[in-house]
Amino acid sequence: MSFLTTSTAMLLASSAAVLAVSLIPTPLVAQPATAGAATEDAAIRPFTFRVSDEELADLKRRIKATKWPSRELVVDDTQGVRLATMQKLADYWASQYDWRKVEARLAALPQFVTNIDGVDIHFIHVKAKEPNALPVIITHGWPGSIIEQLKVIDPLTNPTAHGGTAADAFDIVIPSIPGYGFSGKPTELGWDPQHIARVWAVLMDRLGYKKYVAQGGDWGDAISEQMALQKPAGLLGIHTNMPGTLPDNISAALAGGPPPTDLSADEKYAWDQLDFFYKHRVGYAQEMGNRPQTLYALEDSPIGLAAWMLDHDAASQKLIGRVFDGQSEGLTRDDILDNVTLYWLTNTGVSSARLFWESKLAFFAPKGVTIPVAVSAFPDEIYTAPRRWTEKAFPNLIYYNRLGKGGHFAAWEQPELFTQEIRAAFKSLR
Amino acid sequence: MSFLTTSAAMLLATSATAVAVSLIPVGLAAAPATPGTAAATPGKATEDTAIHPFRTVIPDDALVDLRRRIAMTRWPDKETVTDQSQGVPLATMKELASYWGTDYDWRKAEVKLNAYPQFVTNIDGLDIHFIHVHSPHPNAMPLIVTHGWPGSIVEQLKIIEPLTNPTAHGGRVEDAFDVVIPSMPGYGFSGKPTGTGWGPEHMARAWAELMQRLGYSHYVAQGGDWGAFVVDQMGLQAPAGLLAIHTNMPATVPADVDKALQTGGPAPSGLSAEEQRAYEQLVRTFKQVDYARLMGSRPQTLYGIADSPVGLAAWLLDHNDADGQPAAAVASALNRTTSATGELTRDEILDNITLYWLTNTGVSASRLYWEYKGGFFNAKGVSIPVAVTVFPGEQYQAPRSWTERAYPKLIYYNRVDKGGHFAAWEQPELFAQEIRAAFRPLR
Repeated sequence: MSFLTTSTAMLLASSAAVLAVSLIPTPLVAQPATAGAATEDAAIRPFTFRVSDEELADLKRRIKATKWPSRELVVDDTQGVRLATMQKLADYWASQYDWRKVEARLAALPQFVTNIDGVDIHFIHVKAKEPNALPVIITHGWPGSIIEQLKVIDPLTNPTAHGGTAADAFDIVIPSIPGYGFSGKPTELGWDPQHIARVWAVLMDRLGYKKYVAQGGDWGDAISEQMALQKPAGLLGIHTNMPGTLPDNISAALAGGPPPTDLSADEKYAWDQLDFFYKHRVGYAQEMGNRPQTLYALEDSPIGLAAWMLDHDAASQKLIGRVFDGQSEGLTRDDILDNVTLYWLTNTGVSSARLFWESKLAFFAPKGVTIPVAVSAFPDEIYTAPRRWTEKAFPNLIYYNRLGKGGHFAAWEQPELFTQEIRAAFKSLR
Repeated sequence: MSFLTTSAAMLLATSATAVAVSLIPVGLAAAPATPGTAAATPGKATEDTAIHPFRTVIPDDALVDLRRRIAMTRWPDKETVTDQSQGVPLATMKELASYWGTDYDWRKAEVKLNAYPQFVTNIDGLDIHFIHVHSPHPNAMPLIVTHGWPGSIVEQLKIIEPLTNPTAHGGRVEDAFDVVIPSMPGYGFSGKPTGTGWGPEHMARAWAELMQRLGYSHYVAQGGDWGAFVVDQMGLQAPAGLLAIHTNMPATVPADVDKALQTGGPAPSGLSAEEQRAYEQLVRTFKQVDYARLMGSRPQTLYGIADSPVGLAAWLLDHNDADGQPAAAVASALNRTTSATGELTRDEILDNITLYWLTNTGVSASRLYWEYKGGFFNAKGVSIPVAVTVFPGEQYQAPRSWTERAYPKLIYYNRVDKGGHFAAWEQPELFAQEIRAAFRPLR
């Protein structure tokens, strides 16, 4: 089947033209989306980001001038990101890390901005060579960005070069959530996951996609599940790597009580993960959910921002700690700093935190999605959704797989595995 | 009665000498080597019990660096609401930073601090800093007053004179107190613990040791916020010499009410109107303590408050009370440049924040939340005499019924009509009157 509407040819043509424009030298290139200056038209403008040398020099100067707290009192990471980890990160960030490398990688990708509901939405848009590729909109989360998805672009759009078949091809749209990365920062209330979901449907429509799928983890899951609830014309199904599946009795027991006694091994594993998360790790989300503006330090201190972002779920925080100790698994130092530096340079520490304030949704409760849903359950996710909970939460479950490795940042940490999952998940919808 | 042991005369003599030493020029005084470490350098601490004089002297470099950092602040965009519901508003922080980075003068705060005799003594390997002011009256009652978070000894400065010198402040000779105001470990000029274990229980033991070391055979203790936890623990430990405690943030919540609060359930049936109101205040409070939960679980991750003055200031300002978040008295103080009647001023707010900055205690102070694993407002089982003042702006107004159950030897209970979470700081006169009245039966 063809996923393109009749207007697509025109859009493709104009995209090609603007893409050419976006590769000319900096002064003529479109600058980052500025909220407020946004126009109301539906034009899709090319986008390239190039930060000034002065801003990079300022960042390095600030990192070198960091005023450090005293060392944690424990010999593990139970009080937060360890001082030694942050000092290693700071040393590498200020002396060896090169933002220009990822800037060049981004500049090599077709990026655009279009204004929807008054906010400029930035997105990467890469088409497969195959004419009948399945369009997918992939949404990042917090503390992520489009950086999380860079490694899956080529495998998904060019599957024959990455162990797949032509029939596995996707056209990929990777937007920056409002308030994140190169998208505009909302200046008005109401940019909750429901609103963002509606905007994504407008975006896919504007790109000429008649039929498409959506994918996400973290906030990307919340947004994808809201899209599934809204059932915009054209949305065939969603894939999530952080599904909302918690049965009511589990949610109630997590608020203060013993686990139900009838849990299977998978369910007990998930319970233990959730119990740990709510007892020890949910603080960042509660703070951002209630007092995002108070986090001035995220905008003023690069190390403050980096530590805040590194200290997400326990598994990814430990993984990142190992990376800065010299081990190589899933993520590199550059991967981590590309993402943190993107937040720093776009000044989005606080604006991204506001999504937690805007959203009134329960993180992991079933939302009542009835369209086709595919789920990949990664072992190091905040919780690994058990099959029984998942089947109950999503009556139209078309795919469920429990993976042997990978965590919260699945696309970033395990791009090959993630790619295979996306291919397998959506095969039945082509 | 006399509150002094036989060794006290000697100690007083020593103290007098030490005060004299501490007032001689900076070069000879026990000045902090670098800002933050002060005289109290953890690790280098000796195990002796000597009491060393202490003076607050911050090097110019540290003050210049602070102003430079404030001037260089990188700001977020404005909140998307027109009130304080997303946190401390951008305009508030910008206005504060504008003053803090230019006209605010830390040296004035230093003069205020150094007007009082300050000392450091090592207890359990950690240097404990404290203000120690003797009353001119011979049989003054010794009182140890403990601050909380986001406070410091700056909170208590205005009550020193009324308590130690009552006849000059509307009181009588027999209202006199000797006042000891320690900086909690990890706070202000006390040392920063380098190992775990310095929770309220340990502090309570250290305070008893401190009072003994000062030669006080009988004394009372007072506290709010973390200071309330410390005095409750002292009450539980009942060290020899502790006659009673006074708390302005009493822990009175009955077990069934506390359970309902923790699980988010409905209020237990049968609450009186006063209890029902307290329950509702507690429900609100528990929705405004994300800062506490975060510091309780991940204090080390707050690198930003060590590195960014404005980040630190916003974090410290955003403490709630019954009238708002930030606390109403603190928020209104930001617009008050002078105060004839003792209400908080902008300078006092900045004195406290600047003390955190210069001593680099944003993170070390946060660790107290991590150390403490007990309940917040639940009755702890204190059986020694307890006095309670209920301020209207406190997190919850402890009902008399709960207070009587929580503290079976309640010697004083009073609901006052003004003042909030930072009672001594906000309403020093009223606070001093309460302390006098509270401990009068014990003299």
